Amino acid sequence: MIKLDAKIPEGSIEKKWENRKFENKLVNPANRRKYKVIVVGTGLAGASAAASLAEQGYHVQAFCFHESPRRAHSIAAQGGINAAKNYQNDGDSVYRLFYDTARGQPGQQLLLGAYSALERQAGLKTLEISYRHEMLDLVVVDGRARGIVARNLETGELTTHAADAVLLATGGYGNVFYLSTNAKYSNATAAWRAHKRGALFANPCFTQIHPTCIPVSGDYQSKLTLMSESLRNDGRVWVPKNKGDKRPPAQIPEDERDYYLERIYPAFGNLVPRDVASRAAKYQCDQGRGVGPSGLAVYLDFKDAIKRVGHDVIASRYGNLFQMYDKITGDNPYETPMRIYPAVHYTMGGLWVDYNLMSTIPGLFVTGEANFSDHGANRLGASALMQGLADGYFVAPYCIANYLGGEKLKPVKTSDDSFKASVNEVQSGVDRLLKINGKQTVDEFHRKLGHIMWDKCGMARNEAGLKQAIGEIRQLREQFWQDVKVPGSGADVNQELEKAGRVADFIELGELMCIDALERRESCGGHFREEMQTSDGEAQRDDDKYAYVAAWEYAGAGKPEALHKEPLAFDNIHLAQRSYK
Amino acid sequence: MSETLNLKLKVWRQKNARDEGKLVDYTLEGVSTHASFLEMLDVLNEKLIKQGDEPVAFDHDCREGICGSCGVMINGAAHGAQLGTATCQLHMRHFKDGDTIVVEPFRARAFPVVKDLMVNRTAFDRIIAAGGFISVNTGSAPEANNLPVGRETAEAAFDSAACIGCGACVAACKNASAMLFVGAKVSHLAHLPQGQPERFRRVTAMVAQMDSEKFGSCTNTGACEAACPKEIKLTNIAQLNRELLRASLCR
Ligand SMILES: Cc1cc2nc3c(=O)[nH]c(=O)nc-3n(C[C@H](O)[C@H](O)[C@H](O)COP(=O)(O)OP(=O)(O)OC[C@H]3O[C@@H](n4cnc5c(N)ncnc54)[C@H](O)[C@@H]3O)c2cc1C
Ligand code: SF4
Ligand code: FES
Repeated sequence: MIKLDAKIPEGSIEKKWENRKFENKLVNPANRRKYKVIVVGTGLAGASAAASLAEQGYHVQAFCFHESPRRAHSIAAQGGINAAKNYQNDGDSVYRLFYDTARGQPGQQLLLGAYSALERQAGLKTLEISYRHEMLDLVVVDGRARGIVARNLETGELTTHAADAVLLATGGYGNVFYLSTNAKYSNATAAWRAHKRGALFANPCFTQIHPTCIPVSGDYQSKLTLMSESLRNDGRVWVPKNKGDKRPPAQIPEDERDYYLERIYPAFGNLVPRDVASRAAKYQCDQGRGVGPSGLAVYLDFKDAIKRVGHDVIASRYGNLFQMYDKITGDNPYETPMRIYPAVHYTMGGLWVDYNLMSTIPGLFVTGEANFSDHGANRLGASALMQGLADGYFVAPYCIANYLGGEKLKPVKTSDDSFKASVNEVQSGVDRLLKINGKQTVDEFHRKLGHIMWDKCGMARNEAGLKQAIGEIRQLREQFWQDVKVPGSGADVNQELEKAGRVADFIELGELMCIDALERRESCGGHFREEMQTSDGEAQRDDDKYAYVAAWEYAGAGKPEALHKEPLAFDNIHLAQRSYK
Repeated sequence: MSETLNLKLKVWRQKNARDEGKLVDYTLEGVSTHASFLEMLDVLNEKLIKQGDEPVAFDHDCREGICGSCGVMINGAAHGAQLGTATCQLHMRHFKDGDTIVVEPFRARAFPVVKDLMVNRTAFDRIIAAGGFISVNTGSAPEANNLPVGRETAEAAFDSAACIGCGACVAACKNASAMLFVGAKVSHLAHLPQGQPERFRRVTAMVAQMDSEKFGSCTNTGACEAACPKEIKLTNIAQLNRELLRASLCR
């Protein structure tokens, strides 16, 4: 029976990290080279951790499915980063993270910084990077994470790698929904396979739906593009007052427009939090006031801001974004309002970890978007980059050192039985996918899953819908294993095979997300249960019953997962019901 | 403008690095003008899979012009004819009904074809590993506030830092030179105070690595600048040459 122990250090919140570092066991620098750490994922979280561990002298092997670490999803972060998270570095001075976000695309510069630190270590040969390698299993020996099985995506070869600790930094699972703002290849496979090996998955239903994305334009749509939140500083959101008004926006007079956020939330106006803005847009479209060809969009209008501060000021603030919008839609936002609609953006849930970033499998650490920590039910803008960096550069290296310094690990080899068993399992999974030779493409299944998730486990959820979704997903999974078509062989580059494995895992994770959402009969952050709202339609929490982290334990194929509850204790803040009116 | 297009495609098919490869003809009907170029290839691939053929392999990920994964030759132009646009940001509204579109991989000796339109650009990583960094350990970087950078210098550094490492500059160049990519990285760091201590060692090491990766030499044709989706300027190559000269004088 798993017992969740968050291992939070003693003391007041400012002292906790210092206290933890004081207690931590250290590894003698001369011995560090003997310890091997596998880092899977070289986005912001993984690249920063891998570079730091290598600098400290550990033997590091980093993996990414990309052709280069510089291509990770982290590169696309647009909005910004929150400064100053006071982790002390090596005991000398408080290191403050400070970045100039004025030019936008901080994700690019932060990832390029971590990438060059990583390449520097690669050049110094303290670290090895395995490109185009996809982790397909975690190898657990005597209850501890001791290695991985990866597939070389260029040759199809399955390779095994042993280590003293494994760090997953494999990103979030927003692509369960098929359409999201995540990069196309972002996926949950590494986290999901670790889950199946014993790592608990926490709060899977907590997804963040971002209000300002470019709407879907057709069936061929492959992903959605985020228009940075900062646009809401100057843009005004509106829809026509009359249902089904198809006139071009310029022909709709002022008094026939409903600036609904300003009307409903006079105190916050267009700047209400993401989930509130997203739900309000959905509500307007459900009422038939949506705009654009699909009716699934609202306007974000800069006319007044341009009048107030001038074209040039707006261009200096948002020029890049306006250009990106123009490229995608062919419309010029200086002249006509943008059309926006909510889209899946970030997943707060992930593998459960304690204060030391360790999962429920000893020796398996998880950082970045892949873990569940730091953001509760609703991440604030700009905090994901901060989390990735602080954990990668500062926290993870300490915690892993503490683990290695405190355990007597017996040596393992990739020729051991547990590695062989893992490889066999992965190989038979690959063979099975190639053999089905059905009629539907992987993307067709993925789109179907996405529809179910978006309709029933998206911005608003209810009991009947979730129960229906669970049934539909189970059916979809059966069909998938009977009717998916994966052409080609496993001994070569095979992008359909890669996708098929990921979609198979998304289907299973999607079911767990719905089960988690069904179980949580309260509205909370990004999770809005329609049955649980105040008389004026706001989210209603139930702290007596649900002030816990829901951590799910895999119980074997076809068996219901077991729910473990980690109670939430709030020492420094009071829980309050939100109000933005 | 018509909302959908019927297209003739000539796509490079090559099983693996050893295979010779050839252009194969396909027709595609009813492509939405709002689809992106990569979405058009997705539609082609769905059709091929349904017919029992293998889909066309190509690299991509962010699909918003920032990760540098995508990149193909479109009618002979790296990332297509649209200026300042990566392949993933190119939309089909820039094509006409009935067009023939030739799609080929980025070609260079240093970028071997992996499969179809997919090439291996890890030579760029090895150039960065040779010197494209600042030798300060993570977590011990100096307080950013203590290193003031003037606005113009910061702007220039940022312009160079916008490079996404896509390799279009190499593919567009008749000599397959990597000078624009290397110039962008060298200029970026040369503009910043943090980049000063290793300034000359860096440029020497990066250029040596570039030469050993089988990239060609620069004859100033400017084809790279025209193909670059991030509009990295030729002045970066001028700066690279200046840095190299100064490094050789300081030795
Ligand atoms: C459009 C957009 C804008 C955003 N803007 C902001 C912002 O302004 N501020 C903010 O704080 N946050 C922002 N976010 C969120 C933030 O960007 C992400 O949460 C963060 O970058 C995740 O970083 P990561 O390192 O955890 O994962 P990722 O960057 O997703 O990296 C995952 C890595 O894991 C590797 N990988 C995954 N699976 C495997 C496997 N099985 N085998 C091998 N390798 C694997 C990949 O190759 C990759 O290297 C934004 C997100 C989006 C989508
Ligand atoms: S310089 Fe331009 S074309 Fe060359 S790699 Fe960088 S972004 Fe691509
Ligand atoms: S797919 Fe990322 S730049 Fe084109």
